[in-house]
Parts: sequence; structure tokens; C-alpha cells
Amino acid sequence: MTRTLGKDLLGLEPLSTEQIRLILDTAEPFKEVSERQIKKVPALRGMTIVNLFFEASTRTRISFEFAEKRLSADTVNVGSSGSSVQKGETLVDTARNLEAMRINMVVIRHSASGAAHFLADRIESNVINAGDGTHEHPTQGLLDLLTLRDHFRTLEGRRVCIVGDVLHSRVARSNIWGLTKMGVEVAVCGPRSLLPKDIGEFGVRVFKRIDEAIEWAEALNVLRLQLERMQAGYIPSLREYNRVFGVTRERLERADHEVLIMHPGPMNRGVEIDSDVADGEQSVILDQVTNGVAVRMAVLYLLAGGRPDLADAAKGGSER
Amino acid sequence: MTARAPSGAASRDVLLRGGRILDPSQGIDETGDVLLRNGVVEAHGRSLGTPDDADVIDCGGAIIAPGFIDVHCHLREPGREDVETIATGARAAAAGGFTAVCAMPNTEPVTDNQAAVGFILRQAMRAGAARVYPIGAISLGQRGEQMAEFGEMVGAGAVAVSDDGKPVASAHLMRTALEYAQSFGIPVIDHCEEPTLASGGAMNEGIVSARLGVKGIPAEAEEVMVARDILLARLTGGHVHLAHMSTRGSVELIRWGKAQGVSVTAEVTPHHLTLTENACEGYDTHAKMNPPLRTAEDLEALRDGVRDGTIDVIATDHAPHHYDAKEREFADAPFGIVGLETALGVLLTDLVHTGIIDLPVLVDRLACAPARLFHLPGGSLARGTPAHVTVFDPNLEWSVDPAAFVSKGRNTPYADRLLRGRAIVTIVDGQVIHRFEG
Repeated sequence: MTRTLGKDLLGLEPLSTEQIRLILDTAEPFKEVSERQIKKVPALRGMTIVNLFFEASTRTRISFEFAEKRLSADTVNVGSSGSSVQKGETLVDTARNLEAMRINMVVIRHSASGAAHFLADRIESNVINAGDGTHEHPTQGLLDLLTLRDHFRTLEGRRVCIVGDVLHSRVARSNIWGLTKMGVEVAVCGPRSLLPKDIGEFGVRVFKRIDEAIEWAEALNVLRLQLERMQAGYIPSLREYNRVFGVTRERLERADHEVLIMHPGPMNRGVEIDSDVADGEQSVILDQVTNGVAVRMAVLYLLAGGRPDLADAAKGGSER
Repeated sequence: MTARAPSGAASRDVLLRGGRILDPSQGIDETGDVLLRNGVVEAHGRSLGTPDDADVIDCGGAIIAPGFIDVHCHLREPGREDVETIATGARAAAAGGFTAVCAMPNTEPVTDNQAAVGFILRQAMRAGAARVYPIGAISLGQRGEQMAEFGEMVGAGAVAVSDDGKPVASAHLMRTALEYAQSFGIPVIDHCEEPTLASGGAMNEGIVSARLGVKGIPAEAEEVMVARDILLARLTGGHVHLAHMSTRGSVELIRWGKAQGVSVTAEVTPHHLTLTENACEGYDTHAKMNPPLRTAEDLEALRDGVRDGTIDVIATDHAPHHYDAKEREFADAPFGIVGLETALGVLLTDLVHTGIIDLPVLVDRLACAPARLFHLPGGSLARGTPAHVTVFDPNLEWSVDPAAFVSKGRNTPYADRLLRGRAIVTIVDGQVIHRFEG
């Protein structure tokens, strides 16, 4: 059993271009599994996976759970409310207790940056980061890459702009690492108060105005603007945010080319993105969600030691 | 305001034989003996005779220096005796070569009155290790509102005032403290941090924090307050002492203040002189401190500041925490590391043996300057000064083993570091309070 990705998937920053490409290529055969009548292959039969979601999540949690179940793993979901965490148990104690029950993998979503690293350093099981604070959300970055590759066929040289609250966004960080490693030209656009001070050192271009970004980009990845940002004083109002930085149909129509629209969800319609854009023809937002399951199947499969060249066979069953 | 009982006439003479006597306060750097009698330095020179009944300590290959004084440490008692006590802290200090430490007032309850000051001195006397000089709070409960009673606290033995850990947000309070403190001849120490800029931050704001997704504390959060404090010292004529400086801008501002003749002094920690924000990679909570570790550029400026005297003092900011407190998510872990037992080794290894600063400068910043600025006994080996002496072997190699610390704290980023240089004898009032048994 070769471990092509190492023990854990904590972020896209530590991955090589080859490793990212491997995950995307491995996801291709798994896409088809979800299209079948009977959506199940035995690749992870007998493996036990714990989904440790300490932060609210619908899309990511369910996507992981489907990915696990479609690979025939046994899964358990743990949330913070109603669990020992609510009784004050520390993260490390929770993890050690789970491991004492002889599990194989942990998928963790946590509000603290570095929580997945913390866990990975302390337990033997594979750890998959499903979003840690404002650090990384690697499987989101991967599904965004897969969606872009589906649409453009190749990634090299494409121009993608990430729009919005980059400062607090784990999706933005994973996108920046993943896209730049795959040879995509990356830009960010948002109010300066919501961009990291040293954003230029990430090797990305910065657009001050959304119209310039749209003019430049072939695809926009529009980030969710969290309502807390206004209360914390980063921006004056959601209304003005929409007027200055919102991705609207009028703005897109002014561009001389088509721009692909992505959004990691959940959307604030009428704030960072207008409904007619989100639901429009250039939107691939639901394709992202579909690809999320395939990418997560690929990550689970590879971390479990599955051979990438056998992924095609694996989806047909080990008997084949 | 003695932290220990006077040694009395009954104590035996101590002869420190054949060491390199290094006393920047007198410009002395020579090989010879030092004789301590009745709690004071009796004589130093080449080949002093051995008095009858004297304890003779062979100092061959070692350096005999005025006792080190750490003007910034947290001993946690009263309140968090599970983490450190005055006794364990004072013994850890002795083990690290410190003959005295100044204890910050952020205990539970806060050291903001004469009774609290007296308690610290009493506990220190019982411990019989390094001397402990209490620092009183600037404001009651360190709440930044009403001034504490400086006069009574100084009368009870406090040597300075500070709201350390809680920056003095109100410029008016800082101004008043700088004025009022002049009646008692004590420095006002400030932890320079503009609270609204630093709020929620856990490390230096820069490319590393941006990558890790950790909220940053910009250098300017410190510098804004350094500038304010220097201007307020100019306004009032008071002595402001700036704790644990961490940025290049701060060094430049202090240099400017000193050139203007403002009564501003400053300290830096061994960790800000030897580590950068990169130590936070992998979310290592032992690299989480406040002020945060900064960039290589800041580190260079701080080293320059120590070399040219812009930074007067090296202080540890010894901050013990329970093991569990650091064993958690980066954002939730407390700030601070222990430093009493690693300071000398780290400074010798990374700054002196590498030729960045020379030994007399190191001894001045650790011993002479603290005594001078805080008006404390010691800081010199001149005849008749209290016999607070540190003997250290600059070449003794050892590896940092937190489990072997005298301090209750184990939280250090230097675990397993191989260091060269270590205190071997620590003497307070002519009595050996620590001896390293290699």
C-alpha cells in the first residue's frame, strides 16, 4: 500500500502539483459512481471514519458522508452540541477517545485555525481537514479546481479572481495554493480591509474594483460575506458592499467575454452575489457541489492507501 | 525592602578563586579572585590569600559577574500556585543565574496594595533563593481606571509600577502615573499594546499569520504606544520603562527618545532576540507570546539596540503555564513561555558565541543596567556592594530538558536545544543559593 498523499490532508499549501493532479485524476472515475442507480463501491469496506464537525456545516458534512458511504466505509458523525465537547472536553481528549475505539480516519471541521494539524500530530489515524478556522479548506479548493478543469479542460494559464472576504476565508487560501500550483493566474478583489496585509506575497494580483476584476478574469470565485464582518467594523454595511463589490448581472454584461461564476456556499443572495447571477447560465455553483463528492471520494481512497491506477477498477468492485 | 534575612556576621567567607572577573560597572575584565565577607564584596584582585574557614570555590574557566537581575517575570503567586509559586520561581531564577527578579503584579488578586507587596516579600524570604522585588500595579485591579497607592506599595518594598499584561489604554492615566511616580523615584513600566489594534490577535501580523489563518497583531500596535509613552515621558519628566520590545520601529522610536533626552529605558527578551514568527509554523503554541515573535528584520534591529544601548536591559518575561493550557488550539492557548533557566544559555549560544554582542555588554544588560535603572542593590562587584554574584561557565554544553526545570513551568520553545553556557554558582548576600552539580 503506497501512501501517495502522506498520512493526512491538512491543506493544499503542502501538496505538490503532482499530488493535486493525482487527486483530480483519481476523482474522475469516482464521478460516475454517483450517477449510478446503486451508488456504492466496496473500496473502503471495513474502514471506520468519524466526521467530527465542531462547526455548523450542511454541504461539506453531507458531501463527506456521501463520499464515505458510497465507498462502503462505516461512518459516525459527531457534532459539538450534545457531545462531550459541550461538557468541556478538550479536542485532544476527544480525539484520543475516538482513536481508542480503533478508527481509521477522522474528518474534522473546527473554528480554530490549525485544529486539523493539532489532531494529526497527536493521533495515528488519517486526518482530513474539512475546514479549520480561517486557514484552509482543502477539499473545497480541490472541488473548485475540478470544476474549473471540467469547464476549461486545462487549468494552465487560466485567469481566476477570488472575490470578497479573503482575510477570513479558508476557501480563499486553499484556492490560492491550489490554483497557483496548477499554473492558474490568480487575482483577488475585495475591500482592502478584508484582504490580508501581505496578500501580494502570495503571488496574486490585487484588483481594487470589481469591474476591473471581471474584465480580467475568466472565472470568479465569489466568497461568502459573513454578516459578522459588518458588526466587527470591517465594512460599513452589506448594502454598500453589494453596490461596490457585489457580482451583478449588469457588471457581468459589461465585460466583453463570458465569466464563469463559482461560489463555495452558502450564498447571501443580494449581498456578494445577485440571484440572477447565481442562477444564471454562467454559474457552475451546483456542479461544484456534485464534484465535491467525487473529490472527497478520491481523497478518502488515496489516504486509505488505494492505488490511483486502480481507482477505475475500485469503483467496479474489488472482484473485478 | 530586603527580600531575605540579612546574612549576619556568622556567615562564612566565600572565596571565588581564579575566574575571569567581569564587572562592566567598574570597567573590570581580569583574571583573579573575589572575596565575599559579611554579605558584601570584600575584595577582588589577583591571588587573594585564603582566609581561615572560607569556602573556596574554584572558578577556573568561569566568569565571575555581578548577580543577574531579571526585571520582568511572572511568579503566579498568589492565585495560580499550580503553575508557579514565589518559591519555585525564585529557585528557578537562582538556577538560571539570577540573584534577583522583579515580580509582575498580574496575580490573582492583583498586587495593587501594600499588603499584597508585603506578602510577596514574606514568601520570597521563606524561599531563601533569589531575591524577589515586587512590582505594584499602576491601577487598582489593573483595570486601567483608578491609580493604585504607589506610595504605600513603595514603602512596603515595591520597586516599580506596571499594569503588565494589560496595556495602559488611557493616555491620561499613563501621564498621571508618570507624574505621580516621581515622588517615589520609581519607573513606570508599560506593556505597549494598543488594545483595539491587537484585539484577538495571536501572533505577528504578516505573511506567516496570513498563511496560517491566524489573526495577527501588527507591529504598529506596539509602536503606537511606544511613541505615546515616550511623548508622555517627555511631557512629564517621568521615567518610563518599556517592557519586552519586539519591533524595529520601537527601537527607532526609543533611539529618537533618548536622543531627545527623554527618560525612557527599555528591555527585550531572549526569545525576541533569537526567534522569529517562523517558530509559529505548525501552530506551535510554545511560540505564542505577547508581544509576538516578529520578523528577522525586527530581530536584527533589536540586536542592534542591545549592542548600542538603545535597549538597556534583557529580561525574561518568564511566564509559566500549565501543560494543558498550551496543549490546545493555537488561538485558545495562553501567551508566554518560561525563561529563567534558559535565558543565559540562549543568549550566550546565539548572541555571544556567534560574535553578535560581546560578554561585557551581555553582563551589563543582565546585571548592571537593571540595578541602575530600578535602583536595586547589586549590579556591581565594587568593594562594599552587597555580595550578589553570578558565576557562569560560558562553554559548558547542555541540552534543554524541560522536565528537569526547577520552575513548575515546562512551556519553552527551546526544548532539546543544545546550549553552550550555564550558571554554575549563584550567590545572594554572600551565601551560595544555587550550585550546578554537573
